[in-house]
Amino acid sequence: MKHILSLIVLNHAGVLTRVAGLFSRRGYNIESIAVGITEDPNVSRMTIVVDGDENVVEQITKNVHKLIDVLKVSDITHDDCVDRELALIKVTANSSNRSEILQIVDIFRARIVDVGEQSVIVEVTGDEGKVDAIIQLLRPYGIKEVARTGMIAMVRGTKMQKTPSRRVINI
Amino acid sequence: MLDKMINNTGDKEEKGKPVRLSGAQAFVQALIDQGVDTIFGYPGGSVLPIYDAIYQSPLRHILVRHEQAAAHAADGYARATGRPGVCLATSGPGATNLVTGIATAWMDSSPVVAFTGNVARQLIGRDAFQEADITGITLPITKHNFVVREAGELPRIIREAFHIATTGRPGPVLVDIPKDVTLEEITYQYTDHVNLPGFRPTYQGHIRQINEAARAIMAAKRPVLYIGGGVISSGAADLVRQLAEKVGLPVTFTLMGIGGFPGHHPLALGMLGMHGTVYANLAVSRCDLLIAVGARFDDRVTGRLDSFAREAKIIHIDIDPAEIGKNVRVDIPVVGDARTVLAELIRKVSTKREAEWLGQIEEWKKQYPLRYKEDPAGSIMPQFLVEEIYAVTGGHAVVASDVGQHQMWLAQYYKFSTPRSHISSGGLGTMGFGFPAGIGAALGRPDRQVWCLCGDGSFQMNSQELTTAAVYGIPVKVVVCNNGYLGMVRQWQEIFFANRLSHSDIGSGPDLVKLAEAHGVPARRVEKPAELRAALEWAAARQDGPVLVDVRVAREANVFPMVPLGAGLEDMIGKEGWVK
Repeated sequence: MKHILSLIVLNHAGVLTRVAGLFSRRGYNIESIAVGITEDPNVSRMTIVVDGDENVVEQITKNVHKLIDVLKVSDITHDDCVDRELALIKVTANSSNRSEILQIVDIFRARIVDVGEQSVIVEVTGDEGKVDAIIQLLRPYGIKEVARTGMIAMVRGTKMQKTPSRRVINI
Repeated sequence: MLDKMINNTGDKEEKGKPVRLSGAQAFVQALIDQGVDTIFGYPGGSVLPIYDAIYQSPLRHILVRHEQAAAHAADGYARATGRPGVCLATSGPGATNLVTGIATAWMDSSPVVAFTGNVARQLIGRDAFQEADITGITLPITKHNFVVREAGELPRIIREAFHIATTGRPGPVLVDIPKDVTLEEITYQYTDHVNLPGFRPTYQGHIRQINEAARAIMAAKRPVLYIGGGVISSGAADLVRQLAEKVGLPVTFTLMGIGGFPGHHPLALGMLGMHGTVYANLAVSRCDLLIAVGARFDDRVTGRLDSFAREAKIIHIDIDPAEIGKNVRVDIPVVGDARTVLAELIRKVSTKREAEWLGQIEEWKKQYPLRYKEDPAGSIMPQFLVEEIYAVTGGHAVVASDVGQHQMWLAQYYKFSTPRSHISSGGLGTMGFGFPAGIGAALGRPDRQVWCLCGDGSFQMNSQELTTAAVYGIPVKVVVCNNGYLGMVRQWQEIFFANRLSHSDIGSGPDLVKLAEAHGVPARRVEKPAELRAALEWAAARQDGPVLVDVRVAREANVFPMVPLGAGLEDMIGKEGWVK
């Protein structure tokens, strides 16, 4: 099944490779991975979507957690969370069908962010299903390029995935 | 100048004082402040400034003849002493030569800290001469690794590297230092502080889980204690014994767990698994409770998974949460340090003894003792060789082994009684490990007699270290169990490949006595059982340097009993010690 993992990691060079390596070693293809800094510039949040066996994903997750640069890992698949993805879609468009495309864009509350003679670029934000749906509807017009960010997610309500406080160990 | 700068007084006040040092000097000072006394290394272009700082420093540097041996020696040092082992190599080929040694330490959770030089920062990533992305290469075989990007970070990174290598489940850490970093001048100040918010191993076991484990132990009718290398690294051997004796637990150990429980104790079952004793494997197969401590259910231990301990509830005590449930389903997981958890567990159980079960085990022991047949041609049987080493050393030596048949015979026939006495590459199965690891062990434990039992194939993988041992007068006693074959390969070819001995006969040489002598190591050859004792005693007597005894053993002896690949532990062949 599909798992959504939310990681809090140190904002270091090489962290992404370390995390990704643990998945590839078990032959797991990461469907999407999105990384960006958080409210603390020393710390990044990584959202990983991966499809795979429950036990194997759990074991990989434990190994991810062991990485020194990883502060926190949560499997939020079953949590009540908001998930979003942004996509840019370049669609073939000319004067005859541009208005039809605009209608679709309106229905999805998407936006046209660039208009050329032969194409437009549509920007859409939403969960994976919504992004898939608009791509499906735009396909007959001729999709030239798609760029998707991959999912980012956050648990709803007061439950927070906080950065653990820095602790200095004295030995 | 450096002599003045390097403070080896151990004076607390002096230790914390800030001093101006080059990166290379700071490196040496940080190692000394860390308590390092010995490092194994090999110089080269990128580490020249570091070697200049080592020159005339109080650090004992052992110059090996191949960097792989530096990593193994550091590993052997760590395993024998419990303190981190340190190795140093130059960039590129020097660094890549460490890789097998680092992987060996990784698989067996050994605290090795490896330092590599690298090309100057502005050259990294430009395919410079002797450049290799060693942090990329060692990513999956280190607990963590670092590239030092600023000289100012060096003291902190070295402190963190040692902390990570030795804390929680031990393991290797690599620190890659670009050459120009070692030339920069910094203010060095020793600090105890470690700030690693992402690294907090759990030492205390969860009390509810421990209570549950205690209840399960009290309820069990056929319990078995199964211990691994974690018992050795956490220093829990005495507690294993206390627990076993308190509740009458038969104890079996993995290759890494050897020494974690006295081999000749009445409750000892010997090693389990592929070449374990019949009674250990039967006990694990029939038990109703398996208590795993610091062990990881390796495939060589479990055999076929679906028949492994199939009647048993499983308690798994391990400091590494990622080990729980990795290979087998676990009923009662306890994440924590073996020593801490066992101490608690012993308090929670009361004295008992399952007489029927212990009686059954005694019967199995009588029915299937470890044994072998004499060679009809009168050659030395390799098992006899191990028995003779045991006799000559009184069972008190540190013995390092390589990988293959001799390794299994050592594990079966030498009854180790104390932790850190048996040193062998378990997880990675690295041929060529034993001899350099023995060198490291001998330097770390000058109070112990150190023997290396090597196969003739394995020994040739790092025989260049004869020179290292000779030059430094390191008193290792190398015994080569020489059958002129890659014996374990030959055994498998005999059993599983219709005896088609493809490239496993290495009997054509070299002459190991001459080889040893060429390196300045006194050596003898033994071919008859009657001569063996005297040769081993001759080896034991030499105090001030290495010796080698080339023992020609029965060429086609096999390791039995054996669980064939893919079979369950109960389906052993050669239960009698041989196959009819």
